[in-house]
Amino acid sequence: MTTYYTKDHEWIAVDGNTGTVGITDYAQSQLGDITFVELPPEGSAVKQGDAPCVVDSVKAASDVYAPVSGTVSDVNDALADAPELVNTDAESGGWLFRVTLADAGELGALMDRAAYDDYVKGL
Amino acid sequence: MNRVPILCGALAVSHDPASHESALEEANDNLDPPEPEILPLDAWHRARGARMVPFAGYWMPVQYDGIIAEHLWTREQAGLFDVSHMGQLAVSGDGAAAALEALLPGDISALKPGRQRYSLLLDETGGILDDLMVTNRGDYFYVVVNGATKWDDIAHLREHLPDEITLNHLDEHGLLALQGPKAAAALAALGLVPAFPGMPEVTALKFMQAAAYHWGDVPLGVSRSGYTGEDGYEISVRAADIAALADALCAQPQVRPIGLGARDSLRLEAGLPLYGHDLTPETDPVSAGLAFAISKRRRAEGGFMGSEAVLAALASGTPTLRIGLALEGRQAAREGALVYAGAQEVGRVTSGGFSPSLNHPIAMAFVTAAHAADGTALEIDVRGKRLPARVVPMPFVPHRYFR
Repeated sequence: MTTYYTKDHEWIAVDGNTGTVGITDYAQSQLGDITFVELPPEGSAVKQGDAPCVVDSVKAASDVYAPVSGTVSDVNDALADAPELVNTDAESGGWLFRVTLADAGELGALMDRAAYDDYVKGL
Repeated sequence: MNRVPILCGALAVSHDPASHESALEEANDNLDPPEPEILPLDAWHRARGARMVPFAGYWMPVQYDGIIAEHLWTREQAGLFDVSHMGQLAVSGDGAAAALEALLPGDISALKPGRQRYSLLLDETGGILDDLMVTNRGDYFYVVVNGATKWDDIAHLREHLPDEITLNHLDEHGLLALQGPKAAAALAALGLVPAFPGMPEVTALKFMQAAAYHWGDVPLGVSRSGYTGEDGYEISVRAADIAALADALCAQPQVRPIGLGARDSLRLEAGLPLYGHDLTPETDPVSAGLAFAISKRRRAEGGFMGSEAVLAALASGTPTLRIGLALEGRQAAREGALVYAGAQEVGRVTSGGFSPSLNHPIAMAFVTAAHAADGTALEIDVRGKRLPARVVPMPFVPHRYFR
C-alpha cells in the first residue's frame, strides 16, 4: 500500500485498485474542531479535483477534493456520530471515503510523504 | 462562498465567520493587501501558542487550544479575551449628552455616572452604522465601538458632533474581557482598589455598571459587561500595562486565554448580534430586535439621526425580523444560506455555526415577519440540501448576568 498526498492536504492510501481518502493531520490542525462531515453518496462518480466531500469545523465549511477520479465504494460511517475522529486520527481512523480508481496514472501527479512534508514546511 | 479549499492556514482565515470584513473590503484587500497592525498583546498571544489571523486590520488570536475547549471553559470557568482592536473613545464637553443623543437613540441624558448602556449609531435612514457601549464616566462619556468600523465611526462622529464637543480616541489603551462564572472571583483576587471613595468593589458592580480602580499603581476602567452571555468584566488598561494585567489574570487557576473563534460561538449562543454580519447599514434597530435600545423618551421625542424611519418602523412593524433558528443533526448553516418555508424563500442566515454548549447547530437569520414566530418550522438550504430548522427564542443559552 502506498500513500500519496495533494497540495490541498488530502491523502490517498492506495491498495490495488482501491484508494482510501482523508485529510492530513496538518489540515485538521488548521481547521480546528470538526463538527460534521458531509460524505459523498456511495456509488457516485468523482473526478480528480472535484469536491465530493465537505468538512465543517466550528468556524467554517471546507471542501475536500478528490485526489483521483473513480467511483465511491465506501464511506466512513463512524464520522456521523464522531466527526472528531478527523481531528484525533486524521490519517487513519478519520478516513473519509474509499474510491475505486478509474485511472491509476492520475497518482503520478501527487506527492509522496517526503515531498508533502517539504511542501508543508514551506507554507 | 462559504466553502473554501483545504489550502493552508489561509482557509481558516479568509472565511472566518467571526471576521468583520465585508466582501468589499476583502475584494480591496486582494488588490492591495494592507499589512495587519500589531496590538499590544501580540507577543503575549504568540508565546501562549495562539494561532494569529488578520482581523479588523490587526493580527488577532483566533484560538489557543481549540474553539470548543475554549468555549466550554468560558461557560464553566473564566476566559480572558483580548479585544484591544475595538475603538475606545471619549466624548466630552458641555452638552456632550445632548450631542450624543442627536446621533444615538438611547437616553444618554438619563445615564448616571457609573452606568453603561448599549446603543446604536444610525444613519439618516435608520440603518445601523455600528453598535456600541456608552458609559458615563462622570466627566466624559466613554464609548466602545467595533474594531472594523471604528475609523468610519470616528469620521461620522467628527462630522456630526458640534465643534464644542471633544472626541478623543483612547488609542493608547487596550481592552480585555474577562468572562465566565468564575470571572468575579478571579478579578477580585487581584485586589483592585476603587479609585474614588464610595465606588463599589469589583464584586459588587452590577451588570452594566462601571467604575475606576487601581491595580497597584495601574489605573483600570472596569465595567460589568461582555459579549458571551456570562457574568464578567471589560477592563480598559493602558497598553503599557496590559501584558502584566493579562499575566496576573491568567495566573488565576480559573482563567485561560480565549480566542476570537470561541468569542464568536459564545456570542452566537447568547443571541448577541455581530456587526457586519447580523447588523449592517441595510438593517434597522426594529427588524434587528434591538428596539430595547430606543428608550421611551426618545420614542416620544425623536430627534436622533434616522428617528423618522425608526419611529415609523416601531409604529407599523417591519417586513423582516431577526430570529434564532435551531437545526437538527450536526450540519451547520452559515452566513448567506437561504431560508425557506416550503418552496417560498423567506429569509437569509446572517450568522450560524455549531453550538458547543448545545451540541447542535444554531443560526441567526432575518426572515419575513409572517414566519418569525417561535416554533415555526423552516428549512435552510445548505449546498443544495434542505436542513430542517425551527424558530426558537434567543438567547439560545440563557444569560447569566450579575444583576
